[in-house]
Amino acid sequence: MTGGGTVTAGPPEPGPLVSGPLVLGIETSCDETGIGIVRGTTMLANVIASSMDEHARYGGVVPEIAARAHLEALGPALEAALAEARVTLAELDAIAVTSGPGLSGALMVGVGAAKALAVALGKPIYAINHLVGHVGADVLRDDGTDIELPTIALLVSGGHTSLLHVRDLITDVELLGETIDDAAGEAFDKVARLLGLPYPGGPQIDRVAVGGDPKAIRFPRGLSQPKDMAKHRYDFSFSGLKTAVARWVEQRQDLGEEVPVADVAASFREAVTDVLLTKAVAACLDLGVPRLLLGGGVVANARVREVAAERCLAAGIELRIPPLALCTDNGAMIAAIAARLIAAGHAPSALSFGADSTLPVTVVQA
Amino acid sequence: MLLAIDTSAGTSVAVVDRDRGILSEVNEADTRRHAEVIGEAIREAIERSGVAIDELSGVTAGMGPGPFTGLRVGIAAAQAFAFGASRPLVRVVSHDAVAWGFYAAGHDSPLLVVTDARRREVHFSAYSGVDSVGLPIRVQGPGLCRPDELPAVVADYSRHERIDAAQVSAASAGLLAEGLFFHNRPFAGPAALYLRAPDVTVSAGPKRVS
Ligand SMILES: [Zn+2]
Repeated sequence: MTGGGTVTAGPPEPGPLVSGPLVLGIETSCDETGIGIVRGTTMLANVIASSMDEHARYGGVVPEIAARAHLEALGPALEAALAEARVTLAELDAIAVTSGPGLSGALMVGVGAAKALAVALGKPIYAINHLVGHVGADVLRDDGTDIELPTIALLVSGGHTSLLHVRDLITDVELLGETIDDAAGEAFDKVARLLGLPYPGGPQIDRVAVGGDPKAIRFPRGLSQPKDMAKHRYDFSFSGLKTAVARWVEQRQDLGEEVPVADVAASFREAVTDVLLTKAVAACLDLGVPRLLLGGGVVANARVREVAAERCLAAGIELRIPPLALCTDNGAMIAAIAARLIAAGHAPSALSFGADSTLPVTVVQA
Repeated sequence: MLLAIDTSAGTSVAVVDRDRGILSEVNEADTRRHAEVIGEAIREAIERSGVAIDELSGVTAGMGPGPFTGLRVGIAAAQAFAFGASRPLVRVVSHDAVAWGFYAAGHDSPLLVVTDARRREVHFSAYSGVDSVGLPIRVQGPGLCRPDELPAVVADYSRHERIDAAQVSAASAGLLAEGLFFHNRPFAGPAALYLRAPDVTVSAGPKRVS
């Protein structure tokens, strides 16, 4: 790949009984160029080229850098995915592409490429919602169990923090709440920065939090006060938390005291994790849905998974976490939603759809 | 026969043939709807040309200069179409396509091509005329400057005929590519001609909040 990107590839050999529509999915909504190929609910290829390294010196995703990287990575990723899946373009039943939500300039690269590929091949195209794609990742798990519905889905990454109520994967997805300011992943990046740690912040915070006391500092839980809960029961806010951590660190520095990095990191991570899971579990209980699905890059955070397991067990909720390579942004999850749409007899998208940076989650297929 | 795509200004898609000329061209002037229109434009250009996809010998991409977001849509589409159709992709400088159209119409004077680069700047390229086989000779650019800087930046500014192009014709890009191929001349390189670094500054560190 170009530009210092990395390729992760993955799945096992497909079994002989694999069936269903063969779909190639293109995902370019943020900083990962993802090309996935699925047949029905079986993943045949999942190639991801990330431009993360190029954003490191800026401390966050720079949209123009991400979009430029997509243009360079798409061709090689397409070739790699077809080779990995051992299928030819002619065998494909359809092309799927993320049309939103996401970074507009980044989305447009995938949309332009997907449309041209579909026309060149004479194949139908499906424009897919990125967030629903994260939920769809669960159909690709190789333990043979299908996604169970209804489910609450908590999707947390550097680009989004959303709580969904999914009654049907392709016809009935409801947004319960989302972040009103920063995404949780962004909060990790920003706090890592103020602790002098490199980007991306999630793994760094995890690393230095080892041995720290998560109860050392009581950082605020955004939108958790009774007055906020009335209006923002399932919404999130992380910008106040980030400011609170900065203020706490500055006070120590002003006093000439050493900053207890492990305690700050552990306490910050605890505040994020607590508010994420408190709201997600509340949604399950309020709505009588005994299932919680996690998705998005922040799921890589060990503490998030741990607390999710504890809280779900205590509340009698079944917790589902797709394999990590499918939690982060990828093309296979986009292809999986399209495969399900095709299997259910849904018509392709009109060729005139656009990239919609704010595509609502109720629009599964644009 | 080539399918040519240029989104350095509006969206333009064409099918051209070295002997038969322009077989079809679809133009959408809107400079903010590239992603919406690109698929239909390709389909329509092919349909109107009466050429089957497997009769095409290649795909041409206009590599700019042009505003980033739109420019990339056409390049991504040309790459993906070439990949899907299993045909080679060749690239041209979009300004060279404008110059090709100017000289093909019978002009012979020095030419300055100017296009909108947004943010109160323009992209420009200067040409001295055509070579022995009728291909434009670019002597300066593509470059980027403020419009009022052009007289100082472009050598012999006043000797040039100036074209402020609101559209770049994909048919011209395609026919230019046919000419370059036929006469064994180099195509443009693989990098999109953004001519501007991404807008980012490396911050000195976190700002104080208290
Ligand atoms: Zn995502």
